[in-house]
Amino acid sequence: MPQVKFIEFNGTEHNIDANNGDSIMTAATSNLVPGIDADCGGECSCATCHVLISAEWQTKLDAPSESEESMLDLNPDRSSESRLSCQIKMSDDLDGIVVNLPEFQY
Amino acid sequence: MSESVQLTEDPYSIPLEDINVSDPNLFMNNSHWGYFERLRKEDPVHYCQDSMFGPFWSVTKFNDIMEIEKNHEAFSSEGGITLADRAEDFQTVNFISLDPPRHDVQRKAVTGVVAPMNLAKLEPIIRSRAIKILDEVPIGEEFNWVDRVSIELTTQMLATLFDFPFEDRSKLTYWSDMAMSGARSGGPTPEPVRQAALLECLEVFTHLWNERVHRDPNESNDLITMMAHNPNTQDMDPMEYLGNLILLIVGGNDTTRNSISGGVYFLNQFPDQFAKVKNDLSLIPKVVPEIIRYQTPLAYMRRRATRDYEIRGKTIKEGDKVAMWYVSGNRDEEVIENPDEFIVDRNTPRHHLSFGFGIHRCMGNRLAEMQLRIVWEEILKRFERIEVVREPERIQSSFVKGYADLPVVVTAK
Repeated sequence: MPQVKFIEFNGTEHNIDANNGDSIMTAATSNLVPGIDADCGGECSCATCHVLISAEWQTKLDAPSESEESMLDLNPDRSSESRLSCQIKMSDDLDGIVVNLPEFQY
Repeated sequence: MSESVQLTEDPYSIPLEDINVSDPNLFMNNSHWGYFERLRKEDPVHYCQDSMFGPFWSVTKFNDIMEIEKNHEAFSSEGGITLADRAEDFQTVNFISLDPPRHDVQRKAVTGVVAPMNLAKLEPIIRSRAIKILDEVPIGEEFNWVDRVSIELTTQMLATLFDFPFEDRSKLTYWSDMAMSGARSGGPTPEPVRQAALLECLEVFTHLWNERVHRDPNESNDLITMMAHNPNTQDMDPMEYLGNLILLIVGGNDTTRNSISGGVYFLNQFPDQFAKVKNDLSLIPKVVPEIIRYQTPLAYMRRRATRDYEIRGKTIKEGDKVAMWYVSGNRDEEVIENPDEFIVDRNTPRHHLSFGFGIHRCMGNRLAEMQLRIVWEEILKRFERIEVVREPERIQSSFVKGYADLPVVVTAK
């Protein structure tokens, strides 16, 4: 099982075992990691599962789709590390990925 | 229009093709539910050939609404988000009625005012105002909760967001009501009266704009100063400025107002749920989104197809108007368990359509939730119960779903 390290805005860490194929959003919500709201349930339609992922880890991910782009773009706090966690599927390649949570979801 | 007929009509007694869920009287009489239930079961993507708004499609199931919301290329918001077509000579423009890229830049220019950082600053102000309003309501005698609490609270909030002269704040409510009650949308206000009110709104706000241009945007974070200093909004023409003002005024007014009233009504209808919240105040953050789902303060949003589109075996033709009925999707039993029940401890209470989804998702959703949370925290501190003594009087609109009168008697703790 690949592991995800979630780091809350206040620094609290959560190491979570994720199922292959589950999204990072699901790994957070099904393990009660705070800071991800996921209002739309993983449909890339609300942007309340916003996370920050370093450039280094992003090289292992597919670039955001057009719909992820358009939702990310509504967030005035968007940075180069911004992603929607519902759009990233876990796999063994991503074992150990570090996911930083923003202070707030919009 | 056949007001008296609609009251007694059985939704299953008429041919499917004759169903017209856009009739404002259905909502005033609270008789729309059966029609939507029938459409969800028998014809979830329904064509209405003839209505006061012309022909239009109704999409009534949760997941179909989601599909259309996400596809903003095939379903455009340009030209407006209500079924009513506007007067040719009085066309206001705002970002809810724009597609990307103009939508994105205008929306971004004002999002900051309702950003979570700013909300933390607003919370103590909203709370102190809520406390004052609730402390002054009469105990043990009947009054209209809508006027006394819901309108007062949301109007004060709006005045704060715009840094609008506080003593003139009732004008904001008046303009908001005028904007949404036009005859063209099936409401009671004649078009000339509506336009005159909106031009007065523009005049007052133009004066404020000219004053705010000279403010330091780093020190003032009201909406007008933000628009006057942001490169994406500072050159708006007057009708565009008016359009965005109406959007922000209506968006922050009607919707929250009617959810504040709705919550009182629902907790009367479901006394066991009220008892549950009273015994466990930590449920308030879950009650709030449930109120917003159950009320669905905006019944639908409209789109227009930019190309032919197949859905559930029907073909929506290029140029057709499409109403996404949130009020129906929020009661879709395939997505929401026991949707007709008001339940204060649902597992995923924020999975509802009331804020819309996709790029037009409500910008003020967190502010709305915060206002409702504060109101309920303060209500439960001081009142034993709020009894609704008669059925509420509802607004004549198929777009704004709300109350004109909610007669209550409050019992202190």
